[in-house]
Amino acid sequence: MTPAGGFPAAARAAVADSQLRANLRGATHAIRDKRAAAVAEVADWEELREAGRLIKERAMRHLDRHLEDLEAAVIAAGGQVHWAPDGAAANRIVGDLVAATGSAEAVKVKSLATDEIGLNDALAARGIDVLETDLAELINQLAGDTSSHILVPAIHRNRAEIRELFLRELPDPGELDETPAALAGAARRFLRERFLRAEVAISGANFAVAETGTVGVVESEGNGRMCTTLPRTLITVMGIEKVLPRLSDLEVMLQLLPRSSTAERMNPYTSLWTGVTPGDGPEGFHLVLLDAGRTNALRDEVGRQALHCIRCSACLNVCPVYERTGGHAYGSVYPGPIGAILTPQLSDLESGATLPWASSLCGACYDVCPVKIDIPTVLVHLRGEVVRREAGGSKDAAERLSMKAAAYAFGSTTRYRRAQRLALRALRVLAKVPVLGRLVPGPLAAWITVRDLPEPPPETFGDWWRGRRP
Amino acid sequence: MRVGLFITCLGDTLFPATGRATVAVLERLGHTVVFPAEQTCCGQMHANSGYEEEALPLVRGFARCFGGDDLDAIVAPSGSCVAMVRDHYPRLAAEAGDAALAEAVAALSPRVFELCEFLVGELGLEDVGAFFPHRVVYHPSCHGLRMLRLDEAPLRLLGGVGGIELRELGEAETCCGFGGTFAVKNADVSAAMLADKVRAVLDSGAEVCTATDSSCLMHIDGALRRQRTGVRTVHVAEILAAVEGR
Repeated sequence: MTPAGGFPAAARAAVADSQLRANLRGATHAIRDKRAAAVAEVADWEELREAGRLIKERAMRHLDRHLEDLEAAVIAAGGQVHWAPDGAAANRIVGDLVAATGSAEAVKVKSLATDEIGLNDALAARGIDVLETDLAELINQLAGDTSSHILVPAIHRNRAEIRELFLRELPDPGELDETPAALAGAARRFLRERFLRAEVAISGANFAVAETGTVGVVESEGNGRMCTTLPRTLITVMGIEKVLPRLSDLEVMLQLLPRSSTAERMNPYTSLWTGVTPGDGPEGFHLVLLDAGRTNALRDEVGRQALHCIRCSACLNVCPVYERTGGHAYGSVYPGPIGAILTPQLSDLESGATLPWASSLCGACYDVCPVKIDIPTVLVHLRGEVVRREAGGSKDAAERLSMKAAAYAFGSTTRYRRAQRLALRALRVLAKVPVLGRLVPGPLAAWITVRDLPEPPPETFGDWWRGRRP
Repeated sequence: MRVGLFITCLGDTLFPATGRATVAVLERLGHTVVFPAEQTCCGQMHANSGYEEEALPLVRGFARCFGGDDLDAIVAPSGSCVAMVRDHYPRLAAEAGDAALAEAVAALSPRVFELCEFLVGELGLEDVGAFFPHRVVYHPSCHGLRMLRLDEAPLRLLGGVGGIELRELGEAETCCGFGGTFAVKNADVSAAMLADKVRAVLDSGAEVCTATDSSCLMHIDGALRRQRTGVRTVHVAEILAAVEGR
């Protein structure tokens, strides 16, 4: 999943892409500022965040019970429930369900869970044509590209690039300029026809309520409303962590989510449905409950809070690392700070091994998280997991050795002072012959690529203090 | 007050002038500074890099060194090292299942302060009698900003310095890109963040960039000097220690 060389290698290419940097900077700053204004309007924002955190914590504590309640409620309301332990199982279930309708195409609402498991490719392999209907997802699909942001999947593209793409890929784009209205208009004309003829829709879910069996999708464009109401069959793939115990929990979540994600007081479309209603909306509703590593993450007392995420993407928009690399460098459908703690837990520690270090631990993500996920603490915790897992291996042996050596030196004042003298002596040599620092690749070479080393002082503080007082 | 100086390993080894300035400010205000000789490193680098096992003996060492009840407060010229003690020590002690250490840490950590936080929050001061006639821009380091919630404390102290001309830093609250081992493990992203911070510092028109942490300053200073910008970095403690005629 993560590219070879992990995050640092992918990030190296990304930070050199001037167009990407400009697109990301403009977009993240715009959303960041709007979010701050939308949040500032709410006098009890901190209380809401705490309520959101507690709701998610309670939902996770009794996840098994809530899921069984949800299953019973969905079935009672005329829907069907399918359990998928992993992505392959979910893809197989959805493929079978689509095939059973006799249709060879489906319209799709933007969904991270289905991207996570590669549903579109799996369905394509069975001859099922899936059309993404969220504007940004459509852009990515037409471009053969993948998402680089949880909320704004085509954040890495600007209007000019999108216009060219539409002129090239849409069947009848007409006259097209670079204005958002014109671009959206072209997409709308193309999508309308597909909405009207689609027999099957596939969605994700922002929430599902255990007590009522209600499933919800929150969106801005109305494409989700089309998908969840027009086709005869609706298939929803939902990560098991999305369940909420009670309908009243939505009161908190539907305040936290729009302000944190799109900086709106209320999102334009909130679609809630409970099973099926004869004569109104889809005739068949299937809920696929996806585990895919979630129960595994739940086992980790520190790491499990990553499952509280409501996919608002506020942490991406404030992250100084994400702003400079974009989402693709994270090698996952979940990029940014939340991706750095979610990906290693959902997939495996090996493929996401560099992600916990894709952060300067500045803490900006924690401050904006609507459900108060302590991302820096989880990052540090996962670093420990990776280090413990790789202990004894050859990977990062030099780092492990120097960390152990440093810890040994810090263990006694005699050794500490000796190490200080050695460090200062080395620094004096490097100050005279700077090229020496570049000979060996490693932390020193990485430092001096863009920075001068500090000037070595004539004596340590301790030496000065001991000379000052008898 | 009897104030224990928590010098930090970085400050002790590479930035002794910051430590001397911290002593100067505290003594000028009439406090007795004690320098417990057994201190080495708080363990932040190890803990933040995933080497918690190696950090734990350093936590114990710190608790032994500063745990006596003869100190009214423990002060460090570093927001991130103080945040390590206050925010991470309790968690590390708990995870290690060491009840005695957890107890020692709980008793100790509320008495550990970053210098500006101590001067403003504990002593209620804004004017410490400093004089520093230069154009200065302040970079709020992340751990001071978001873990210690230093808020305006450093800026209020800087505002009380005679002769100083404080400049605005654009996007001040964005991380400079240091992040400990992040600076070398993700060197390209760190450099990109640093480039933007340096640009903001230069745009401010300041001749001096200051902060509460030597680590961030070492990183920013490294680029300012590499690029021969003529802008230098000076730790907040050194500005607060500066007096007219010196």
